[in-house]
Amino acid sequence: MYDIKALYEAYSVEEAINLRLLHPDAQILAGGSDVLVQIREGKRAGKELISIYTIDEIRGISLDETESIRIGSLTSFSHITKNEIVQKYINVLGEAVDMVGSPQIRNIGTIGGNTCNGVTSADSASTLFSLDALVELTGKSGKRVIPISDFYIKAGTVDIKPDEIQTAIIIPKEKYSGYQGHYIKYAMRNALDITTTGCSVNVKLSEDKKTFLDVRIAYGVAGPIPMRAKNAESFIVGKAVNDENCKEFSKEVLNDINPRDSWRASKALRQHIAVELAYRAIKECVKLSGGEM
Amino acid sequence: MVVGKSVKRLDAFDKVTGRTKYTDDLCDKSAYVAKILHSTIAHGKVISIDISEALKVDGVVKIVTCFDVPKNYFPTAGHPWSTDESHQDVADRLLLTDTVRFYGDDVAAVVAEDEVSASKALKAIRVEYEEYPFVLDVQEAMKDDAPQIHMAFKNNILNHSSQSVGNYEEAIKEEGLIKFDNWYDTPTVQHCHIENHICYASEENGRITVVTSTQIPHIVRRVVGQALGVDWGKIRVIKPYIGGGFGNKQDVLYEPLCAYLSTVVGGRLVKLDSSREETFVSQRVRHAIRSHIITYTRPDGTFVARKLEMFSNQGAYASHGHSIAAKGMGCFKQLYPCPNVEAECYTVFTNRPVAGAMRGYGIPQAMFAVESQIDDIANGLGMTPLEIRKKNLMPVGYKDDFSKNVNYFDSFNQCIEKGKKYIDYERKLKDYKNQNGDIRKGIGMAVFWYNTAVWPISLESSSSRMVLNQDGSISLQLGETEIGQGADTAFAQMAADAVGITLDKVNVISCQDTDITPFGTGAYASRQTYVGGLTIKQTGELLKSRILDYAQKLSGIHSGELDIVDNNIIAKADGKFVMTVGDLATTALYSMEDSRHITAETTFQIKSNAYSFGCCFADVEVDIRACKVKILDIINVHDCGKLINPALAEAQVHGGMSMGIGYALSEQELFDSATGRTLNNNLLDYKLSTFMDHPHLEAQFVENAEPTSAYGTKALGEPPACPVAPAIRNAVLNATGVAINRIPMTPHVLFEEFTKNGLI
Amino acid sequence: MAQYKLVKFTLNGKEVEKMVDVRASLTDMLRNDYRMTSVKKGCEVGECGACNVLIDGECFNSCIYLAVWAEGKNIRTLEGLMSEDGELSDIQQAFIDEAAVQCGFCTPGVIMSAVEILESGRDYTDDELRKLLSGHLCRCTGYENILRAVRKTLDRRLGKVNV
Repeated sequence: MYDIKALYEAYSVEEAINLRLLHPDAQILAGGSDVLVQIREGKRAGKELISIYTIDEIRGISLDETESIRIGSLTSFSHITKNEIVQKYINVLGEAVDMVGSPQIRNIGTIGGNTCNGVTSADSASTLFSLDALVELTGKSGKRVIPISDFYIKAGTVDIKPDEIQTAIIIPKEKYSGYQGHYIKYAMRNALDITTTGCSVNVKLSEDKKTFLDVRIAYGVAGPIPMRAKNAESFIVGKAVNDENCKEFSKEVLNDINPRDSWRASKALRQHIAVELAYRAIKECVKLSGGEM
Repeated sequence: MVVGKSVKRLDAFDKVTGRTKYTDDLCDKSAYVAKILHSTIAHGKVISIDISEALKVDGVVKIVTCFDVPKNYFPTAGHPWSTDESHQDVADRLLLTDTVRFYGDDVAAVVAEDEVSASKALKAIRVEYEEYPFVLDVQEAMKDDAPQIHMAFKNNILNHSSQSVGNYEEAIKEEGLIKFDNWYDTPTVQHCHIENHICYASEENGRITVVTSTQIPHIVRRVVGQALGVDWGKIRVIKPYIGGGFGNKQDVLYEPLCAYLSTVVGGRLVKLDSSREETFVSQRVRHAIRSHIITYTRPDGTFVARKLEMFSNQGAYASHGHSIAAKGMGCFKQLYPCPNVEAECYTVFTNRPVAGAMRGYGIPQAMFAVESQIDDIANGLGMTPLEIRKKNLMPVGYKDDFSKNVNYFDSFNQCIEKGKKYIDYERKLKDYKNQNGDIRKGIGMAVFWYNTAVWPISLESSSSRMVLNQDGSISLQLGETEIGQGADTAFAQMAADAVGITLDKVNVISCQDTDITPFGTGAYASRQTYVGGLTIKQTGELLKSRILDYAQKLSGIHSGELDIVDNNIIAKADGKFVMTVGDLATTALYSMEDSRHITAETTFQIKSNAYSFGCCFADVEVDIRACKVKILDIINVHDCGKLINPALAEAQVHGGMSMGIGYALSEQELFDSATGRTLNNNLLDYKLSTFMDHPHLEAQFVENAEPTSAYGTKALGEPPACPVAPAIRNAVLNATGVAINRIPMTPHVLFEEFTKNGLI
Repeated sequence: MAQYKLVKFTLNGKEVEKMVDVRASLTDMLRNDYRMTSVKKGCEVGECGACNVLIDGECFNSCIYLAVWAEGKNIRTLEGLMSEDGELSDIQQAFIDEAAVQCGFCTPGVIMSAVEILESGRDYTDDELRKLLSGHLCRCTGYENILRAVRKTLDRRLGKVNV
């Protein structure tokens, strides 16, 4: 039995918005795999909740007229992984969210909940950063769409206005078309774990597969929120596809990331792993792109 | 005969259909819910507790604080009681305490109508503490200026003991000796049975009934009596099926508090259901032990003199106390007998969660140290790990002066041969030489020493009762408990053979109820089939003789000429059928001339003990730059005597190996140095290995019938967890050349070690 | 004031409904209101898998699922696997035959994950099976015999011979 002051259930986005305005102190509850746990811990105990889990209109994945991929915020991780659009165009995201917790958690956990938490360890987030994804928020006055990098404000805080809920994650065509991506979750065990450091890389090679046309690399748990490693990106773009450049690229991430010491892992270990993951992930992307080294 | 056959578990059908009732499933939903307020400091004094706001919470029935409870100090260890005061466990617990000794100590309790009310009330209680400095490390705790945790124990030393053979100081003067001097560290780990501890209590006819998830119902009865200051007979303890124990439930946990809380609400039903967080912090953990071993060898690998010092971290209260370190130390002079040995061990209080019994009872810790050093010595001398072991391992015929245990068989070599063959040891040892890539493979092994049961340190007795039913079936009861290991099934198999009936004719009364069940001290020390077998055989033979006496009356054939085979009474001479046991039982119960209820109940006092030996081989792959170890293949080989049920034995070994893998690679409780708080008190942050962290687990056996045992069997419950960590550690050493002297070998540790050794 | 809601759903093939405290987890409702005691509590935060049930064919830890979300759902627990006349399902029998049961506390949850795997009609490698079962912690078995029970049942269902 959870210590919940009151539960309000929304069955449509409109209802959710109205409930938010009516109950400004209420906490939004999507799948609940984080919020319910925090209630039990006492952190969010005794609060009002707005359950949006029952809003079916923001579930599911589609391609819009511009061939951008639209993922409804309540789509569960397992449904993302199994989705054909995802598998065809952004398999890296399907693979990344397939590393969240466990099968049960991947069935209840939603991409919206995962990103709205604002935590750096979210397995979906680093890949969404490396895909340059957009976040769609719907409020009283309509929708607004912002880059995911703007959505995250600071640890635990994201840009959701008091009348809004997150309704979709959008990956524009130009961000995935021609790219190959790879995500590596580094954790202490192979299942049921949170990420010690996560690294997601998307690579676009030249036609002859000899040059890096574009590279986007993002990390989870390399700073207070998920982040891109822009120095490393600028280093590698335009460079030749070879092992030496990949090595240099991976070392370059140290100029971007800022992991901290915690009991879960030391800064030194996280830095070492971040470099190693960058190296392994970019090499895998090259391989997926048909390049050779 | 059914002993030795892989019959299906008696409780499996109910467990796969979900109808098996565990404690919470049995508790009436009307029960009040009790919750405990745990201290948020590691060491200090409770100055005051303000419950006024908490009492206002809707649904709160009663709040008791450390100032309200009776001051009956009680021990908690699941040891048989000793009538000799000097051998009794240290009585240092109170139901609730105003002297806080670890972060998570119990200072108050709430009884409420439901769990939400109870939780709200806990949050509303205000405690004022006077804080003292605290200490988490054993060596620090032993210093003169360290915080004193229990006044009666100077330098926080709960106990200290030593053993000596020959003359160490003289022996090391020999010229040309090579000295190996190493320290090894093992972590604080937790049992992680999937069912948390839970109990409920109520009063009936002036007596208190406690239903609890425990391994040791008769011991719980005694301790609840001691804690409440109530005659032991006024306490009734019932043990249903339990969701694992592994030693945590070989301690009296919250049964006394729950019983007490029932008494303060008029004997009403009170349930105390521990959370996972409480299980990690406020119950029991495995002792973290730091070992220092010095070995002097001749260049040919002959051990000349050895010295061991062990420092065992007891945490805040005595619980099983020094027994663990003492058992760990005990194996040192035996496993590799050496003419000159000095060993001593200290068990030391710190302000950490309380350490108690856990699968292996000091031996996993000792094996990590001892077996790691054996490989370090082998490396230093340029010998192979097997050469150095074969040269020094306990020989056949070895007899321990204290336990009188005899090494009757060549178990070590037989087990090693099986392990070697399975894992293709010699080939891999060759193949894995001279690797220098980022990913390297390694092969390692370790042996282990274990002894069954607790004789001659503690009382070792077991009682059983057999009742012949109308249809010729028997009902069987023992004080020894089913805790998931399959004891009931093994007991039934042994009873069937003892009486001469088929397995389907044996009804095991699984549940222990101290009002009804014969006295027995419960499940621990890997002793269930060993001690249970002895009493079952004795009681079975008594029951059989009573059946045959009655058969003599009915048939005219002398009972000595009769036997029972497959539910039939037969004449020994020609095997001729005389009557079924069922017909005899019906006649006996309903006879108008001579009605008898044929039963038998005996106690067997065991004055023996039995070695149980074996080994583990592990084949690993080390991803150096990722700081990770992957187990490619692993095997445990055990000589636990004759197997009563091979399939269940194998299954039990798998579980122990799994626990050993966690011990080697991932499991440890972490403590905040600033507050003493346990940082990872949940199953996400405490890294129990998952389905994806294991390879196939291979379990094999050597079956040398143990002469002191009724059915040739001996310890298997705990041993599988003992050799795994050093085997994996030695495999990592083989792969990388890096001798890692602490577990778990997490990426954090590997990163430091590989960096230090220039591998990354 | 406690807040209640009528929750109607299908439980092991039967339509049921009850007024439920909105604060209840699905575990609470199944155990307390419907006495489905196979649904075990091991951590109450979705880490151990002991409370796992099938909701519309997918596995969920019922401890972190609000009871009110059950509305309109098809929920299956271990109690629903045995046939009316007491015949065990193949996976239950395999758990018995392969000695995959010890203390039994994780067993109901694991079997329900196995049911989802088996009903997918697909074949999986052992590594894939390990991943699909990885939401369950077990301290008794080392997962070995559980994996074997699921493997053998899967092979039988897929008509593979010599298993």
